[in-house]
Amino acid sequence: MSYLTDRKRAEGRGAARSGTGHHVAMMISAVALAVLIPLFVISVVPVIGAPHAQVVAHFGRPFPALVAALTIVVAMHHFRGGVQVMIEDYWQGMTRKLAVVAMILVSYGAAAVGLFAIARLAL
Amino acid sequence: MADVNRGNRPLSPHLQIYRLQIPMISSILARITGNALLVGALVFIWWLFAAAAGPEYYAFANGLVTSWLGLLVLAGSLWALYFHGLAGIRHLIWDSGHGLDLATSERMGWVVILGSVAATLVTLVALAAG
Repeated sequence: MSYLTDRKRAEGRGAARSGTGHHVAMMISAVALAVLIPLFVISVVPVIGAPHAQVVAHFGRPFPALVAALTIVVAMHHFRGGVQVMIEDYWQGMTRKLAVVAMILVSYGAAAVGLFAIARLAL
Repeated sequence: MADVNRGNRPLSPHLQIYRLQIPMISSILARITGNALLVGALVFIWWLFAAAAGPEYYAFANGLVTSWLGLLVLAGSLWALYFHGLAGIRHLIWDSGHGLDLATSERMGWVVILGSVAATLVTLVALAAG
């Protein structure tokens, strides 16, 4: 028993047998966001509402562009995992399946639009 | 159902029976803020896309984003971001096996609630000051 890690002992438990991996993935993206969100608030949030030329110049600099891109990707990935848990808690059957699929499309679709916009502004 | 005797059995108390407590409030707010942040995220990404699309479309999008309704959504999203972030850090602390007793849980709940409001006000003042 003592040779097993905590993760190995939790692996495969629960109704779906896959909750441990989901939980660990949420923890890892949460740690990444704990670093990214303060950087996002400092380097990206202040430019919201600024004149167009200033926004273009702002995302032409590497640091704000990279922080915005990383925050969008990690946050939408984290959201996709979290919203799935909420949907599975409150809905069943086909509604649940369709809602999960729709939210995956929204999450990664929004992330793709965000990355395209940053690439276009930065390059 | 065959069980017609619905009286005289102990029932588990539901939401309207329980007195509101800090762990339950901070828990449901963590879920609500996390999922509601989709609104703020979509507004930000749409605004970013408008900036990439050109000055005319940006003027339209930025006008909506900086209207009183847009600013209200952004300010609410900022609080949701701080609340969900602090609540998430609390979950990471719990997951490491610390702070699971009731007194510490309640104290951390207050830190999340008051800390998120304080951080939002400080950020809004700093942004308004330029």
